[in-house]
Amino acid sequence: MSRAGGTWVGARVPRNEDARLLTGRAQFVEDVEPPGTLHVAFVRSDLPAGRLRRLDVERARSHPGVHAVFTAGDLGPLLHPGAMLVPPPPLEGLVFHARTALPLVRHRIRHQGEALAMIVADSRYVAEDAAQLVEADIEPLDPVVDLGRALDESTPRVHEDLPSNLAAHVRQTKGDYAAARARADLVLERRFSYDRGIGGAIENRAVVAEWDARADRLEVWDTTQAPIPVRNVVAAALGLSESQVRFIAPFVGGGFGPKIMFYAEEILVPWASIRLGRPVKWVEDRYENFFATTQERGQLHRAEIAVTREGRILGVRDIFIHDSGAYDPYGLTIPINTQCTLLGPYHVPSYESEFRVAFTNKPIVTPVRGAGRQHGVFIMERLLDLAARGLGLDPVEIRRRNVIGPEEFPYNHEIMYQDFAPLRYDSGSYEESLEEAVRLVGHETFPRERERARADGRAVGVGVVNYVEGTGIGPYEGARITVEPSGTVRLATGVGTQGQGHFTAFAQIVADAVGVAPSDVRVVTGDTSDFHWGTGTFASRGAVVAGNAIHAAALSVREKILRHAAEALEVDPEDLELVNGAARVRGAPDLSVDLGALAVRANPLRGAVEPGTEPGLEATSYFGPPYGTTANGTHALVVAVDPETAMVEILRYIVVHDCGTVINPTIVEGQIHGGVAAGIGNAFYEELVFDEFGGTSNASFMDYLLPTSTDVPPIETAHLETPSTLNPLGTKGVGEGGAIPVAAAFAQAVEDALADIAPGLEVLDIPLSPGRLFDLLRTRRESRESHAESAGGPS
Amino acid sequence: MKPPPFDYVAAADLDEALEALADASVETRPLAGGQSLVPMLNFRLAAPERLVDLNGIDELSRIEETEDGGLHLGAMVRHRQLERDPLIVRRTPLLAEAAPFIAHPQIRSRGTVGGSVAHADPAAELPAVFLTLGARVRIARRSRDGESGSRAERTLALDDFFLGPFFSALEPDELLIAIEVPPSTPGEGTAFDEVARRRGDYALAGVAARMRLNSGGVCEEAAISLVNGGSTPCLMREAARTLVGAEPAPEAIGAAAAACAETSEPAADMHASEAYRRHLIRTLTARVVSRAAARART
Repeated sequence: MSRAGGTWVGARVPRNEDARLLTGRAQFVEDVEPPGTLHVAFVRSDLPAGRLRRLDVERARSHPGVHAVFTAGDLGPLLHPGAMLVPPPPLEGLVFHARTALPLVRHRIRHQGEALAMIVADSRYVAEDAAQLVEADIEPLDPVVDLGRALDESTPRVHEDLPSNLAAHVRQTKGDYAAARARADLVLERRFSYDRGIGGAIENRAVVAEWDARADRLEVWDTTQAPIPVRNVVAAALGLSESQVRFIAPFVGGGFGPKIMFYAEEILVPWASIRLGRPVKWVEDRYENFFATTQERGQLHRAEIAVTREGRILGVRDIFIHDSGAYDPYGLTIPINTQCTLLGPYHVPSYESEFRVAFTNKPIVTPVRGAGRQHGVFIMERLLDLAARGLGLDPVEIRRRNVIGPEEFPYNHEIMYQDFAPLRYDSGSYEESLEEAVRLVGHETFPRERERARADGRAVGVGVVNYVEGTGIGPYEGARITVEPSGTVRLATGVGTQGQGHFTAFAQIVADAVGVAPSDVRVVTGDTSDFHWGTGTFASRGAVVAGNAIHAAALSVREKILRHAAEALEVDPEDLELVNGAARVRGAPDLSVDLGALAVRANPLRGAVEPGTEPGLEATSYFGPPYGTTANGTHALVVAVDPETAMVEILRYIVVHDCGTVINPTIVEGQIHGGVAAGIGNAFYEELVFDEFGGTSNASFMDYLLPTSTDVPPIETAHLETPSTLNPLGTKGVGEGGAIPVAAAFAQAVEDALADIAPGLEVLDIPLSPGRLFDLLRTRRESRESHAESAGGPS
Repeated sequence: MKPPPFDYVAAADLDEALEALADASVETRPLAGGQSLVPMLNFRLAAPERLVDLNGIDELSRIEETEDGGLHLGAMVRHRQLERDPLIVRRTPLLAEAAPFIAHPQIRSRGTVGGSVAHADPAAELPAVFLTLGARVRIARRSRDGESGSRAERTLALDDFFLGPFFSALEPDELLIAIEVPPSTPGEGTAFDEVARRRGDYALAGVAARMRLNSGGVCEEAAISLVNGGSTPCLMREAARTLVGAEPAPEAIGAAAAACAETSEPAADMHASEAYRRHLIRTLTARVVSRAAARART
């Protein structure tokens, strides 16, 4: 079947994967349990910093049901620091100290939850019983907890071989900020802190490995976002050829970034399977996840904006510290995203940006949905709000005066982005997006609404903020498409799927090219035996990079179909159309041949095949973009604040976004809804709390507050489509955009709601928990009261 | 997050459960709804040698009207029943009003009134609500050596039951078997409210109030208790007393709310400072007492 009046790309196609997911038939790693499987529990350090003096595992080893207990001393050649996954870009004057962790601690503990020993037992229950029998003699060291003091000379060092806790230092500039500042009518400086938290995927990490000694093959089921690179690292570490190792990332219950990382468990579990000759399984539990899986956290900024009287930006200066945690395996992706994304959709003629990355005794920081972009957007949008207030301008107006216009693309920001390429915007709809959000939220008439609410004793406010998101970076992805004799079209690609709707969106791209319905396209992702070239699912790049590889492969298959059909029907390929799973002659629909028949014809069992041709209706293609394509959008929300309880309720949430060509609006909206939910969590609920000893105080979902369905309002979405100029489909990424500007919008709206009650209140720290808002309100009240007293008192 | 090994006894009746609890040689904990105990087992914060499961004991699930027109709630009555049971909703609307604040429907379907009260968590809703209602607890154990009969029972005012954080007057061989709520009287109004980070979370602070007015609108009796207002579930007697003998005018309620905030002993934690909790207690007390007074008037 074909879609009447258009293409499958752009249609609200129901998801191919939902039948399996909703009826419990989808295979997750937890579901994999070959006969004879042994189960792993790790003994992890409770202390964040210490020297491991002695580790006694003898009682654990002799516990009934325990098959093995491994410590660092048992690992042999595996005992070397983990992979440096993303080296820093080649920036002038860059300082970067690469430090990655050992699979198991040998001497030095650098964060809570570092693994000391691995226990393999008949069941996870027995393994945990044995874990309690391990005696670790640890000399506690003073932990580095406070990011603001991490780089002080007197602070203890996380890595004893480095002169300080400095992991990296980067400075990027454009224009002459000092001159801009001297020329400005208004210069504002503030200190900001922006914290983030865990990825919070519904499925924790899990690895199941089975060594098949007869086939000399290792099969690993893994919740990774990057099955191919992880397969390659594991094969190399274990001394196996890549083709001996099959990694399968089946359905994965959410990725959000942390699962792109390479983890020690991904080597240790397969290694244990080879050593013990049994399938071995490890499923991370929720408590472990707070330490053993990477997370994102805070940055401290000192930022300054210089503007003219009319509100035009002359320049921005931003100096910040980024918390890397105990190691830095993912390089500088997060702080460079912050540095670059801060510039947003605005003209910023001069920019001075400098950051330092600090090692701390906290779990490792790597990208989580948004990956540092939130921090940058928050700083810029707050600076604009403060400048608007200082100039007596409306927050929307100051944005209007600074956004890059539609005629200015491609726009070059002159500094270097995370993909090692200059920060360039290929296309965008910044003015249109802002105006559409302003219209949808009713910004012009909002003052009347605010008055009406005030009469009812309610404080309501509105926030409107912009963002851009660099998406779809390289290096490349690939796809192989095969028409099978049944007429089914098979697509294999290397990226893994964690709930993004790949089985549908990718199928839609194929369906348009070869004339079948998306439901007739069988999509395989994340199995290295089906496709073993590619990097993974990250940086909002699936629909861009894999999507365009699929598009290219589908067009090649289309060519083959048309050639074989033309021969079969003895017509010119030009006269053919592909409809309903068949090639047919235009204007003579009775003259047709099914794709299945053509697949058989293309793979004959006898007879001569022309030299230089390939069998089958199959093609493999790759796509690598020259640089990332930039998506954009505007979020607007209306909040009600109870100034007595400091509780904030979101009354309306509007997202206007532009991710170029929309493949499936339903899936895009799902991405936006999930992103906004994550952003609401970041803005108001989620915070990793570390005590003075460096321990995480809230390592459970009782105290680490993810927003629930009742905390996320209905989200009104408007799609703008400015195609990317960097790929044939015109797609841009949308996986992270929903999460990026939420805190900035939230802060503006809360200030707006409290403008009369607490004039001058400034939200400079995120998350804005009710406790923090209460303190802000109290401080404002006290300062007003003391001001009133001193003004009214006797002189 | 797997529990350590333990023995499990599914008690068929109350005597069997009391028998298991009476055996001092095996550390035994009763398993009611499991909504606090099971997570504690999984985190290995509790490691009893044996669990005695109360879920099969029918007599603990009864909801009955007592002779004086009050309510008898068996210990195994689920939170969800407080919201839905017609007798409870009619007789003690405060229970029905407060129950939806307890966690989420799935948890309320399992969690029990007896379990919640016996757990003596100052952050839980039901201890505060039952205190406000002047409830009593019925406690049973197997007869000890030298006592007559197979079973011994005692009844305790709830106010005497809570001794400290997560610490009650229950002896290791005792089981809380029922909660008895006195009948409501004419001219009585009740209300409950709390502020929580998210719907279903433990409250940052919560307030339950009951007020009885005479025909002239003068307050004859008032009770206020707090959720997360101190280290134990507690009645705010002084604050309530200030309301008695006068009409509950806004100024009087404001003064009672201030007294409540002042005499409360809220703890600081990662979710709220002591000052914020006190402020919430004051705000919520004013709102809740006003609502109880308005309901008493109608």
